[in-house]
Amino acid sequence: MAYKKRIDGREMDEPRKIECKVGVVPRADGSAMFRFGDTIAIAAVYGPKELHPKHLENPEGGLLRCYYDMLSFSVSERKRPGPSRRSSEISLITKESLAPVLQLEGFPNKVVDVHIEILQANAGTRCAGINAASMALAHAGIPMTDLVAAVSVGKIGDAVVVDLTKEEEDYEENGKKAATDIPAAFLLRSGKISLLQADGKIPPEDMKKAIEMAQKACIQIGEEQKKALKLLK
Amino acid sequence: MEASEIKEKKESKEEEKEEKEPRKIVVPGEVLASGQAYLPGEGTRREGKDIVASKFGLLQIEDRLVKIIPLSGVYMPRRGNAVIGKITDVTFNGWIIDINAPYGAFLPASECSGFVSKRDISSYYNLGDMLIAKILEVKSKGVDLTMRDKGLHRVEEGLIITINSNKVPRVIGKMGSMVNLIKDSTGCNIVVGQNGIIWIRGNDIEHELLAERTIKMIAENSFVEGLTDKVKEFLEKHKIKAK
Amino acid sequence: MEITTITKKRITEYASQGKRFDDRDLLEYRPISIRLGISNMAEGSAEVSIGQTKVVAGVKLAVAEPYPDSEEEGNLMVTAELSPLASENFQPGPPDVFAIEMARIIDRGIRESGIVDFKKLCIKKGELVWAVMVDIYPMNDDGNLIDAAALAAIAAVSSAVFPVLEGDKVSFGEFTTKHLPLTKDVPITLTFYKLENNILLDPTTREEESSDTRISIAISEKEGKEKEPIINALQKGGCKNSKNSPLTQEEMSLIIDIAVKEQRKIRKILNDALEEKSK
Repeated sequence: MAYKKRIDGREMDEPRKIECKVGVVPRADGSAMFRFGDTIAIAAVYGPKELHPKHLENPEGGLLRCYYDMLSFSVSERKRPGPSRRSSEISLITKESLAPVLQLEGFPNKVVDVHIEILQANAGTRCAGINAASMALAHAGIPMTDLVAAVSVGKIGDAVVVDLTKEEEDYEENGKKAATDIPAAFLLRSGKISLLQADGKIPPEDMKKAIEMAQKACIQIGEEQKKALKLLK
Repeated sequence: MEASEIKEKKESKEEEKEEKEPRKIVVPGEVLASGQAYLPGEGTRREGKDIVASKFGLLQIEDRLVKIIPLSGVYMPRRGNAVIGKITDVTFNGWIIDINAPYGAFLPASECSGFVSKRDISSYYNLGDMLIAKILEVKSKGVDLTMRDKGLHRVEEGLIITINSNKVPRVIGKMGSMVNLIKDSTGCNIVVGQNGIIWIRGNDIEHELLAERTIKMIAENSFVEGLTDKVKEFLEKHKIKAK
Repeated sequence: MEITTITKKRITEYASQGKRFDDRDLLEYRPISIRLGISNMAEGSAEVSIGQTKVVAGVKLAVAEPYPDSEEEGNLMVTAELSPLASENFQPGPPDVFAIEMARIIDRGIRESGIVDFKKLCIKKGELVWAVMVDIYPMNDDGNLIDAAALAAIAAVSSAVFPVLEGDKVSFGEFTTKHLPLTKDVPITLTFYKLENNILLDPTTREEESSDTRISIAISEKEGKEKEPIINALQKGGCKNSKNSPLTQEEMSLIIDIAVKEQRKIRKILNDALEEKSK
């Protein structure tokens, strides 16, 4: 069935309003806030630093650890504080989306910790988290080959769209789930994919189209990230 | 004008010129220059015909060398660096020092300038003591320090402050011009560790605090043009009236 | 790097002269700003900045069975998570004893003030009541987290509204304009820090690291013709490196007197913020 007009009036390939800023956690070595519309993520980076427990040390290079967490009041029904299976998985894919650009060979046996907190959630939280983390890592002076940008794309009804809201994620037709959510992350310069997930039905050609749309949107996101980093006062 | 005066004028003019040209802030992945004429320096690498930034910082192109002056990042110890550190542990043959870097540092008792009784190491230097030391060697497991050189000693009194180690060159200035400016203006003795730890010792707390504020101001504005003038203004504005 | 003995000596020397490194008086707070409604998913939320210290707090409501010993009363829970995002000293994992202590200090301040009218949180006696859950998260630690956290919590509670209730189920995400049933006994928490013989309020990180002990006092002012301050809760606690020096009775009396006086300044800042929001 047709999803001709988006619930909030956006174009199919239009992400929500982006806002980002660095240095929001002065105590951290690097930090940033990234926002897609109502979804707000804050990332703070500490490191490179000594790694404890020592048995986790990697003599070939530094370790990257990511922790994704949602504030209990970031969602409509209170989320119990503490890690969940979902946050553990998101922490892992966040790490894997950022690892390809980090150059940690110069820090054997050390660790870089990235902490992400979601202040307000309206879908796309893992992507907002990755965007904030990418800026925070650069802000912290970690050697990186590139910045990483992420956005969710998806299929709603018969339309392929960029940056789904929760309402769109929950879209139903005839009482059945009719939306597929596809979080994607790209290395900005090369356009290579470092994160891709999907949780629903989507025809192969639409998947390719969705990936293309995601990459285009990420170029736009990357420009915002760069602007925020260059706005040093 | 004497030869030395001419040289000084030329150097300060060069510094002025450097300061007046606003430095461009670049981000990882950004293309800085293209073509074989350029060489990749610190914080950059070559990708095909492009020279690309590997770090967040200020772009500097000198002749053909393209490099990044970092604005952030941890201190990477280098042999010969003078650093200021805090003793965090006493062992049977030396002291473990925190030099505010992701590296452990060790000062062997044998590297002290005086005699250290092996039976009572902590009576020489103890937990919590602040030392101005020099890096003897950097190994993968950690850093070895020495106190056997001019100007290295335990710090008895004053203020210890921390800035990002990448701002140290700006705080010191060319040939020490910036730090000397602060020393003269505040009457304080200032030792700037390459690791970003700084010791300030003045005649009273007010002068020490003025030195601290000036240093913090430089660290926060390290990329701004005309910084020397701004610092002079700042010191003049906050001059402490004689009691 | 944590504070060094020689800098600590300077801080203490200067404090004995009634002065601080940032030119504040010993009892002066850094600039305080309160932003309400920072998370649109919460029934109430606030972000408090004191200098560079930043804490956010949110209120979520749910319906639940009442506790057997208070069948006509709703309930309150306050938790604090010291996220490693806010400081290199915080570890990932379940709340450590300091997070728990902070949450319990703030909980007592709110609960014992009587500001929340628990009876009015009852929906159906013995069956259904409102549960008020306050969660506190520091976002940047530059000293004096307890006061920023307490202020954020009370600001969130004071500005919170009920979600829509349909029968005995909450429509999460839909809000009414009805505020929680609160009295005018608003608790303000001040934490005093002692540096040798000097008593100060709102320490920066360096001052906190130089302190020997801390005392948190929650004070509300009773409504009535003569405003009478009442202490709701008090906690003497330790500082970094497990320091927790004893206090003399004179020092404690002095602290109580100062608390009564200084809490009015913080109270005004809170009232201004709440008034601004209701416009």
